[in-house]
Amino acid sequence: MTTATDVEKKKPLAGLSDSGAYQKLLAFASLIALLIGFSIASPNFMQTSNMIAILQATSVNGVLAVAATLVIITGGIDLSVGTLMTFCAVIAGVVLTYLGMPLLLGVAAAIAAGAFCGLCSGTFVAKMKIPPFIATLGMMLILKGLSLVISGTRPIYFNDTPGFDQISRGSLIGEIFPALPIPNGVLILFLVAIAASYILSRTVLGRYTFALGSNEEAVRLSGVNTDAWKMRIYALAGAICGIGGILIASRLNSAQPALGLGYELEAIAAVVIGGTSLSGGRGTILGTLIGALIMAVLTNGLRVLSVAQEWQTVVTGAIIILAVYADMARHKKSG
Amino acid sequence: MTKLVDMTGIEKYFPGVHALKTVQFDLFSGEVHALMGENGAGKSTLMKILSGIYQRDGGDLVIEGKSVSPTTPGEAQDLGIGIIHQELSLMNDLTVAQNIFIGREPRKSFGRLDEAALNAQTAEIFASMNLSLDPKTLVGSLTIAKQQMVEIAKALSFRSKVLIMDEPTAALNDAEIAELFVIIRRLKAEGVGIVYISHKMDELKQIADRVTVMRDGEYVGTVGAAETPISQIIAMMVGREVNEKPLDVPDLGDAEVSLEVSGLNRGKEIKDVSFSVQKGEILGFAGLMGAGRTEVARAIFGADVKDSGTIRVHGQEVSIKSPKDAVTAGIGYLSEDRKHFGLATGMNVRDNIALASMDLFTGTGGVLNDGEISTTAKGYIAQLGIRTPSDVQEVRLLSGGNQQKVVIAKWLLRDCDILIFDEPTRGIDIGAKSEIYKLLEELAEQGKTIIVISSELPEIMRLSHRIAVMCEGRLTGILPGGKDTTQEDIMHLATQRAAAMQVTGAPQ
Repeated sequence: MTTATDVEKKKPLAGLSDSGAYQKLLAFASLIALLIGFSIASPNFMQTSNMIAILQATSVNGVLAVAATLVIITGGIDLSVGTLMTFCAVIAGVVLTYLGMPLLLGVAAAIAAGAFCGLCSGTFVAKMKIPPFIATLGMMLILKGLSLVISGTRPIYFNDTPGFDQISRGSLIGEIFPALPIPNGVLILFLVAIAASYILSRTVLGRYTFALGSNEEAVRLSGVNTDAWKMRIYALAGAICGIGGILIASRLNSAQPALGLGYELEAIAAVVIGGTSLSGGRGTILGTLIGALIMAVLTNGLRVLSVAQEWQTVVTGAIIILAVYADMARHKKSG
Repeated sequence: MTKLVDMTGIEKYFPGVHALKTVQFDLFSGEVHALMGENGAGKSTLMKILSGIYQRDGGDLVIEGKSVSPTTPGEAQDLGIGIIHQELSLMNDLTVAQNIFIGREPRKSFGRLDEAALNAQTAEIFASMNLSLDPKTLVGSLTIAKQQMVEIAKALSFRSKVLIMDEPTAALNDAEIAELFVIIRRLKAEGVGIVYISHKMDELKQIADRVTVMRDGEYVGTVGAAETPISQIIAMMVGREVNEKPLDVPDLGDAEVSLEVSGLNRGKEIKDVSFSVQKGEILGFAGLMGAGRTEVARAIFGADVKDSGTIRVHGQEVSIKSPKDAVTAGIGYLSEDRKHFGLATGMNVRDNIALASMDLFTGTGGVLNDGEISTTAKGYIAQLGIRTPSDVQEVRLLSGGNQQKVVIAKWLLRDCDILIFDEPTRGIDIGAKSEIYKLLEELAEQGKTIIVISSELPEIMRLSHRIAVMCEGRLTGILPGGKDTTQEDIMHLATQRAAAMQVTGAPQ
């Protein structure tokens, strides 16, 4: 008798609990609110050039955040996305500038290096059972060190590779629609996001990504080789970081070996603001994109309003805490 | 002797369950009062009410002549009631003394801890127990038996007059049990009243003064431990009338042996277990909690690594090192803990059904055919009668019985013909239970091989064509199913401890 009421009690919550949607809506509404707020506060904000600057600023962080999203949905965390990005940029520098290889080979080498490093992290986590936080923390430091060692602590410039800087800075869209000079970096971010979104929602890899985060032991007991799938996901995330490395190197027309630390936290912040649960099992790429945009809009808007850099950081931190609190409060209700 | 505890007419309801029905229990100072009953009889619930963890829904609780209603364990402790749980709740990295006084450490000014007083007070308690143990020892370095002593010391440090011990010997060896009994007798002599929950019959004779038996949340009776034969206590424990129709054991004749396990070993949990099951047969696994039934299932399935033993499927020896190997061999395991081991509860029905068979729906480039998954899932939803608004409903929103059916669908889709059900109806209400039973019988008729592990004897009796009984990691016997086997027969095998050396299956 009481069981029946139990089931009924759960029913009205079912509507509320359409997990990602609510948070995404909240995040999207916050993004719109920020855009409107800054437009009112400053006439300079809603300029096309400023909008493009925001998008450009989102591109690298966005790509890294997409990579982090994949790992976080499995219930893991990847602290190495920032220094892996730099490492891949350095690898591209070595292949293109030191070895003088063609452009495509440099790009391929960077992505392959990313995938390999991701596979290493994945092996530490899946096979050696090292907690993801520790495994990727170690990887973060290893890669930071290796980038400095390989480059001799000096930036590697891509002056000998014509067209390299166009990867991020050029604008294919601008050539077709001159009114919309959206940089290629942004285009690449969207392509990466669409691909990742497709993988997550339509492929077996994506389905297992969610399943691992939802209940890894149940998946293992279903006869699935969970270790192998987890390694694949980390490798995919690594490859995406490789794309991030190409983007940042192209934008700076150089591989800056000292760069990278701190990017992982920005990426994770974007993921969290976008409603992906750090405990795994749920999250969306669209949410992550919105999260990355919120961070970029915030930084840009505060700068346009001439708020001091120090305060921008404070506000970003507060936004993260608010976003996660909103998520937790909602989760508790439906849990 | 003064009456320390008097519980009368105790009622307790949980959602969907009337857990305690006018139960009574009393305890005098200086006695050991054993509380017996099958798993789920309500012993722990009753003791949780006494120790303030649960609140009663009816009846009276009188402690030393005063009617009380403790609402927290803390309040119960203030009334002099201490409980030692089955799973020890100690912090391994703290010292013995720090553990005993956790949360009420003696302090000096400015909140500084007074370690000297802490250790002195602990030493005092140990002295009163006549226990030689350094208060500064780390708990993690102690044996389980010594840790148990620390738990007892902790309970005594609250000046407990009533000590509840929930299966205190479950993890102890014979020497350690003897050690524990010395302490219990000393406490008795000092006037402490002890409630002793155990499944082990031989211990009762050694330590208990009185025995109260519970069954299905009801009070059955209280008898003297010394003068009551064990067979009578067992009869009191299982004596419910079985109003299910008698089981029709099919004659399988020389049907193929689909699973044969021989010489299975894993540490202390599984000791030389061998058995075989035929196609179309339902083999029940009975035994008390911790007898090793789940461990056997997990070892066969490759979820835990076995030390030794061979597994033959359809006559072929198979090497099973991981669940993946088992699934490939056609073995599916349905865990007792669906939420942790059976379902990805945050995912929807169709993904859970497809979880073990994603390769069937994977096209080029790893792209999933969601339409196909949906069609297949809908087929199973109809076939098994899974009550869900749609195939994309999250499984956590389904009832226990329907969740179980989703797991069954997962293995049927994977085409597993050997299915191991671990407590298939745990957490499932009565109506859904008989549906699951019918489903298992149908599966057997279709030629699947079914193993059912259950702690509920009526469930074992209702389903099993043969009944394997385990005790402490050993297979103590295999009984025929049907009306020739009584619950008493099973209980005898289930309590047949290695040291007792009783004659196999001798019915009383």
